[in-house]
Amino acid sequence: MRQAFKYFGTVAGFVMGLAAVSSPASAQQSLTLICSVQEEWCRPMAEQFEKETGIKVLMTRKSTGETYAQLKAEASNPKVDIWWGGTGDTHLQAAEDGLTEAYESPMLPQMHDWSAKIWKQSNGRTIGIYSGALGFGYNTKMLAQKNTPEPRCWADLINPKFRDEVQVADPNSSGTAYTLIATMVQMMGEDKAFDYMKALHKNINQYTKSGAAPSKATSLGETTIGIGFLHDYVATAVEGAPVKIVAPCEGTGYEIGSMSIVKGAKNLDAAKKWYDWALTPKAQSLAAPAKSYQIQSNKATPVPAQAPKMEEMKLIDFDFAKYGSSAERKRLLARWDAEVRNAAK
Amino acid sequence: MFLSHLPRSVLALLALAWASVLVLPWYWLSSFDATSLNGSLAAFWLVAHGKSVWLAGLLLPLFTLSLVLLPRLSQRQIAWLLSLGGLLALVMLLGQGFAIGLRGWDWPWVGQIVGTQVFGAIPIQQGLGFGGYAYLLAALMLMSQGLARFGLCRGDAFIVSSITLSFGLITLFVFFPVSRVLIQSVLVPDGPGGGTTWAFAAALHKLDDPSIWGLACLSSTRNCGVVWNTLFLGVVVGAGSTLLGLAFALIAGRSQWPFKPVIRLLSVLPIITPPFVIGLALILLFGRSGFFTGLLSEWFDIPRSRWIYGIYGVTLAQLLAFTPIAFMILLGVVQGISPSMEEAAQTLRADRWTTFRTITLPLLRPGLANAFLVGFVESLADFGNPLVLGGNFDVLSTKIFFAVVGSAVDESRAALLALILLVMTLAAFWVQNVWIGKKNYTTLTGKGDSGLAAILPAGVSWSCALFVIPWSLFMLCVYGIIVVGGFVVSLGRDYTPTLKHFETAFKITPSDFGMQFSGSAWNSFFATLEVAAISTPFTAALGLLIGYLLSRQKFSGKSVFEFCTMLSFAIPGTVIGVSYILAFNVPPFEMTGTGMILVICFVFRNIPVGIRATMATLSQVDPSLDEASLTLGASSLTTLRRVILPLLRPAIITALVYSFVRTMTSVSAIIFLVSAKYNMATTYIVGRVEAGEYGVAIAYSCVLIALMLAMIILIQLFVGDRALGRRKAS
Repeated sequence: MRQAFKYFGTVAGFVMGLAAVSSPASAQQSLTLICSVQEEWCRPMAEQFEKETGIKVLMTRKSTGETYAQLKAEASNPKVDIWWGGTGDTHLQAAEDGLTEAYESPMLPQMHDWSAKIWKQSNGRTIGIYSGALGFGYNTKMLAQKNTPEPRCWADLINPKFRDEVQVADPNSSGTAYTLIATMVQMMGEDKAFDYMKALHKNINQYTKSGAAPSKATSLGETTIGIGFLHDYVATAVEGAPVKIVAPCEGTGYEIGSMSIVKGAKNLDAAKKWYDWALTPKAQSLAAPAKSYQIQSNKATPVPAQAPKMEEMKLIDFDFAKYGSSAERKRLLARWDAEVRNAAK
Repeated sequence: MFLSHLPRSVLALLALAWASVLVLPWYWLSSFDATSLNGSLAAFWLVAHGKSVWLAGLLLPLFTLSLVLLPRLSQRQIAWLLSLGGLLALVMLLGQGFAIGLRGWDWPWVGQIVGTQVFGAIPIQQGLGFGGYAYLLAALMLMSQGLARFGLCRGDAFIVSSITLSFGLITLFVFFPVSRVLIQSVLVPDGPGGGTTWAFAAALHKLDDPSIWGLACLSSTRNCGVVWNTLFLGVVVGAGSTLLGLAFALIAGRSQWPFKPVIRLLSVLPIITPPFVIGLALILLFGRSGFFTGLLSEWFDIPRSRWIYGIYGVTLAQLLAFTPIAFMILLGVVQGISPSMEEAAQTLRADRWTTFRTITLPLLRPGLANAFLVGFVESLADFGNPLVLGGNFDVLSTKIFFAVVGSAVDESRAALLALILLVMTLAAFWVQNVWIGKKNYTTLTGKGDSGLAAILPAGVSWSCALFVIPWSLFMLCVYGIIVVGGFVVSLGRDYTPTLKHFETAFKITPSDFGMQFSGSAWNSFFATLEVAAISTPFTAALGLLIGYLLSRQKFSGKSVFEFCTMLSFAIPGTVIGVSYILAFNVPPFEMTGTGMILVICFVFRNIPVGIRATMATLSQVDPSLDEASLTLGASSLTTLRRVILPLLRPAIITALVYSFVRTMTSVSAIIFLVSAKYNMATTYIVGRVEAGEYGVAIAYSCVLIALMLAMIILIQLFVGDRALGRRKAS
């Protein structure tokens, strides 16, 4: 029985040992932040905020979808205070589900129209912090081998010469690809848009899972053309990849990256401080050095030289309320699955 | 002597039970109420202050249990007091825990009976703290002591306690969260106001979908349903990894090749490779702009293609990743086969081939079946490789992942798909049991065992070599490119040597306060080490204990128990992650945001391998060995420690290595569970891969690989080989 005693002693010891890893957070004022842009941009933001306010930032980087799933699962006892970055329509969905809190920031008048618009649409629950246009990039080396003219427009992508040379994400898994469908439907009308995507389907070599994957494949030469948000392609080009960026001649849609305060946030004051601070030109100008070339929402934030010039593009008037709603999204995705995804090549 | 009628273990447990309500803080201290009084008080003092008065009910079972301290009780009376008192304590604790939550009654019907207010306030409470968990543990253990006194498991208190403890842990950390998420698959919210309804019809309708069951690929160029894809991939990978693992195990365990250590090293490399890295390396080697593709097209004019994206690439990557597990399971079994049987066959004039075919191979059957099962299930649950290399080839795990986090979120669909995956695993499990059957595979007995292991027949040896050599070369290429990737500017584009990736991740700057770890990877690196160091011994110990209980003890509900242990392994990580948030974000068991939830998640996700390895190895050990020890008067614990454990060394190594390595390499389950304080290496790497910074990702992976390699060697040295008393060939 002495052994049995020792055994139970060991078990108890292990349980106590566990206490070490489960130590509670400190009582100092802190802010739990989920950041859905690239880690390289998240980190200086958190550090700068800590330096300026003395509030400890507990930052985790998670993708938009992961964050939404987590906020939903945690709804009855939220652990996150603020969600910064990531595609606006997921933020809109969270607002629709009542997962986020309305807040009117004193910085609101300094925002671009598109930023304030999404704020109004969500009844103040989310605000635009950056935006990036949809388009495509091509690998100049691969294109030279093909001996085809440079693609400039959406229409060029359905050229039979590009058979199996175009890559785009699967809209069922990627918000980027869904933005493409929504853009086409708004530009061409729904039936024509689906005709276009069926024609494009013949040239698609792979529907990737992640929206940013085609930009990497393009930079490595795994595909000649990749469709996605232009700032992703700019980032690869800045790193030295033979990639050229195209803002299609017919016009194009765009995404708005957003920020929301989580409903039931435990550190609401700190969350509001971050919210206001993140909308200042000073905070927003941390993006460009972190190789993130989106357009920032504060009108006063300088636009980096490498960034795609939004004012030179033909941007459509994107209806985020309609195309961000769950019902419309489900309907378009179902139609895409039925008519495009499984169509013969 | 006073109280001498009770063993010390019972006294200690009673002391623990009283300490849990008198001394230890009952509730969990979380960041937002650290200043309030509630957080740090024991249950008794809370009640004394008029707070959480319902906790007074917890004292009642303790008084019942303490009655055993009275003198002149019969053993029968003690047994009744302990069993009933323990049970009552469990019911009280769980009942109040689930009934009263953060915002009042979680079970409204209780509120309707006793009134919505208790002493003028709506009852609210947080998750359990140390006091609560200690109470739970003590209640469970005291109940086991009581049950053992009724003669359960031959009255062996250690065995009964082990069974109830394992049962309790598996129920709490596997069955409870998994059932939460499965219930969700048929519950639909009524709207934003809350409330839910059961909707089986809608669930069935969702199952009727050609993208799940379609067989279009047989007759056209379209894709087949995702279930068939998954099944096909699982069978191919399961069979392939078993075959390759067998070839490696035979070479490493039975041949006289001079370079066996190299083979052993190579065979473990993939298991210690962080996810995405193998896929990335395959793209860089065989992608359309890959290294080999370039050579082939220049030398032989083979056109560049994208064959790697799809079923071929995924199969290749999964074979690379899962062969080592098959190898580790099979090596233990190959080494365990007693040479005397093979010698007997040879004495009876069987040639080497006949001996191999009729003795060695049949004895390998449990090992083969377990290796196949693990390979199949791993393939089903793997999601990193299909994500990177899948192309247009969909499998269930990625479908489930994107049903949870994709742009068309549908949790009930995810849960339904997870259910399908579970059924497939269950079927594999059943088939394996049928195939092993009731035959006897015992080869390790107490008798003299001094034969020489049979030398492999030349044919078998050469066919093994046929697999092992090309596969090893292939792996050398894969790892070559991984190592190179950490030290060049940009893999696949710019091969200028550089150290900047290591600098970004692992920079150390000297400052006034000593060394400052300023690299961006240090945080996640230390957190990962801490979590791995804590979860590894737990996983191995629990896995061995459960494996031992399952193969050596008889108790009712054993098969259900066995199945539950496989659950967390079979269900895709993403679903486990969500189920852990659903189950452990609210009282009574609230632990999201801590390092503990990561440790627990890893322990229960990784124990199946320890269990399977233990069971496979124990099926070779003659039970008369344990019986001899028990007959000689040793307790079951001593028998386990002195007889079984030394024979289980290969299984211990498998369990330790696997769980350590898995903690450092798995992604999907923990992606929802990581917090700012406990971020893990893999989530960091995935973030880098998503951002296209392959250099940093690969540099970090190289560091992790080196660390894991060192750890494996350490474990091997520390645990050691089992001494089977075999002669060496002279």
